[in-house]
Amino acid sequence: MWQGLAGIALFLGLWQLGSALRLPMLRHVPTPLEVLVQLASAVQSSQYWLSWYVSGRRVFLGYAIGVGLGVPLGLAMGMSRTFHDTSFPVLEVLRPIPPLAWVPLSILFWPTMEQTIVSIIFLGAFFTVVLNVLGGVEAIDENYRRAALSMGARPWHLFWRIVLPATAPSIFTGMAVGMGLTWEIVVAAEMIASIQAGLGFLMWQAYVGGNIALIIVAMVSIGLAGLVSSSLIWLAGRRLTPWLRRT
Amino acid sequence: MLLGFASALGLWHLTTATLRLPMFEKIAPPLTVFREWFNRAPAFGVSLFTPVYYEHIGYSVYRAYTAFILAVALGVPIGLVMGWRRTVYRYTFPLLEMLRPIPPLAWVPLAILMLPGIEPPVIYVTFIAAFFATVLNTLLGVLSIDRSYFRAAECLGFSPRNVLLHVVVPGALPFIFTGLQIAMGLSWFALVAGEMIAGRRGLGYMIFDAYNMAQIPTIIMGMLTLGVLGYGSSALVRLLGRKLMAWRGL
Amino acid sequence: MNVGAGALSIRRVGKIYDPDAARVVALDDVSLEIPAGEVCVVVGPSGCGKTTLLNCIAGFDAVSTGEISIDDELLAAPGRRLAPGADRMVVFQAGALFPWKTVLWNITCGPVLSGRLARGEAEDRGRTLLARVGLAGIEPQYPGELSGGMKRRVEIIRALLNDPRVLLLDEPFRALDALTKSVMHEALLELYDLSPKTILFITHDLEEAIFLADRVAVMTTRPGRVKTIVTVDLPRPRDYRMLSTRRYGELKQEALEAIHEEALKAFAAGERELA
Repeated sequence: MWQGLAGIALFLGLWQLGSALRLPMLRHVPTPLEVLVQLASAVQSSQYWLSWYVSGRRVFLGYAIGVGLGVPLGLAMGMSRTFHDTSFPVLEVLRPIPPLAWVPLSILFWPTMEQTIVSIIFLGAFFTVVLNVLGGVEAIDENYRRAALSMGARPWHLFWRIVLPATAPSIFTGMAVGMGLTWEIVVAAEMIASIQAGLGFLMWQAYVGGNIALIIVAMVSIGLAGLVSSSLIWLAGRRLTPWLRRT
Repeated sequence: MLLGFASALGLWHLTTATLRLPMFEKIAPPLTVFREWFNRAPAFGVSLFTPVYYEHIGYSVYRAYTAFILAVALGVPIGLVMGWRRTVYRYTFPLLEMLRPIPPLAWVPLAILMLPGIEPPVIYVTFIAAFFATVLNTLLGVLSIDRSYFRAAECLGFSPRNVLLHVVVPGALPFIFTGLQIAMGLSWFALVAGEMIAGRRGLGYMIFDAYNMAQIPTIIMGMLTLGVLGYGSSALVRLLGRKLMAWRGL
Repeated sequence: MNVGAGALSIRRVGKIYDPDAARVVALDDVSLEIPAGEVCVVVGPSGCGKTTLLNCIAGFDAVSTGEISIDDELLAAPGRRLAPGADRMVVFQAGALFPWKTVLWNITCGPVLSGRLARGEAEDRGRTLLARVGLAGIEPQYPGELSGGMKRRVEIIRALLNDPRVLLLDEPFRALDALTKSVMHEALLELYDLSPKTILFITHDLEEAIFLADRVAVMTTRPGRVKTIVTVDLPRPRDYRMLSTRRYGELKQEALEAIHEEALKAFAAGERELA
């Protein structure tokens, strides 16, 4: 573990040195110490934490809808061949369109800006979740299904007791990856769509106001937010799938 | 499959042209979009027949692929070394995990300040997105190689160079290519955002500009073009992977 | 490089694993003298440490106590471990043919890459051996295209082409069905008759052990020790018809008594395969 800290320390040291040497690239960039100072003041300001809340709320909403629609759709696609063949091509065409490319259209479509942002986040989470869930269903060992049927399971049983638990790991993987993605999206969406609050906005404000140290603080905060939320999902997933734990 | 496309298009047409649902009123119906797209003299100046369309495509493709190639050229070797040598891993992985969660787009302001001009920041942001995904997947690829292969190589007397060439790289290749597909997707994702924020030309910019000038069909054109390009790029990577890993069979 | 006939000497070898401070005594005072050119088969219940023993001889693991030497050269002792090499080639349980290389590359890479043989000569020798075991013509194929039995034969040939002093086989035919197994036995013995190497063969299949071996060493359950050695005096070259002779039955009975007791103990202890 200390080697990891050594690596990080080396990185920070080089940064500090680069600033001291006035390297051209780092001309406008503050030193690690200045960033720390800014961090200390940010942590004490209510506006900073408000930004967390505003961004977090958007993420949560868009994400929840994305998962709420994505999981059932992925399961349905995995279980019904016809449904899969109908919907998969459409999804595959829409999926490569970067979520942010949807921004202008969404602004025109949704009445409020909040809804626009949430819808973009939804798109990001949705596709990831659907893909992972679908993969999970398709990977279920056929023998589990056969074993259940030979024991007299009915379709409903089959779903709840076989398909759902077997897909659970994939569902959670999809959710965790989707969660990380949503933070990336919310930041970009906030920067592009002239929104008045949130971490992305905070960062853009800092840029416009020339407070570079605050930019870096915002960057790290966003990264942290993404990390924390996906870790929470990971943990929740592991708790809900105790049978996967290795002895 | 056709049914799916047909229904999607039908739904689009239904909501925008036939029923003119309230929220959909500003969105152009499919026929309008396609009429513009295939028009020799489009009303808004962009179609398959206008050079400016291909100029935008060219810029986006150039940026996306440049960043992607850079990410691969740096990311794969770094990932290989990190996966192969435990010591390197211990020093670098925590640092990597600290920098990785920072969304690529959060780098935009800093990139603008650190790098000169307009192109480098956009390419840098795209590069960052692809880079981390590549390193991670390469790293996982090396770690996924069965220990027995390394032991066999020991018995056979492979030098470190031979182990790298004949065990590490081929063994990690499947994971590397999964990572490359993801990285390609992320490149396009970051590129569009980068172009919207800081670009001047390129499909992301085209979409944003069209939005500012209320040229709705052009927006949709741009989106669909991005979809096609993104899908095609991933398919290219997949194809390349299949050629390089012929031993996997079908 | 491979001077010497390949006489293996295992003296009072012990191996202790320390995973999370729960000392696991895998091997305890194992002694075995294997003269050059002998086929020695080690049998024992799951978890008795036979794979651990093989790993120590091969150089993948270090010994905690005791010594291992080959032709009076020290291989392993506490604090000393000779790195794995072509003189102690291993055929792995789950198979370790490189899936991304052709059969020909797999079998010739050892001698060619280390400069011991010219490519042409290595390939010629390889082709001869492949033909010998009924695999003529598969050289350009990839392991993924081969059946289990074919892959095992290729892996044995890969080992042999490196001219080892000792050939170490770790339950190589475990995953094969009984019919394929008997084909494998004949293939292995065919190659052995061609150029007799010292062979250390690990298995849990008693019938396989007696059919192949000059001597069978029965190991106790964990901590592993050599419980008894059964000398197989069946004539060479071996023939599958010997399986129904009285002598075979007597030998099997002798070994069975020793191993059955250990098997029950192992089952009660809920042994799982280590490493």
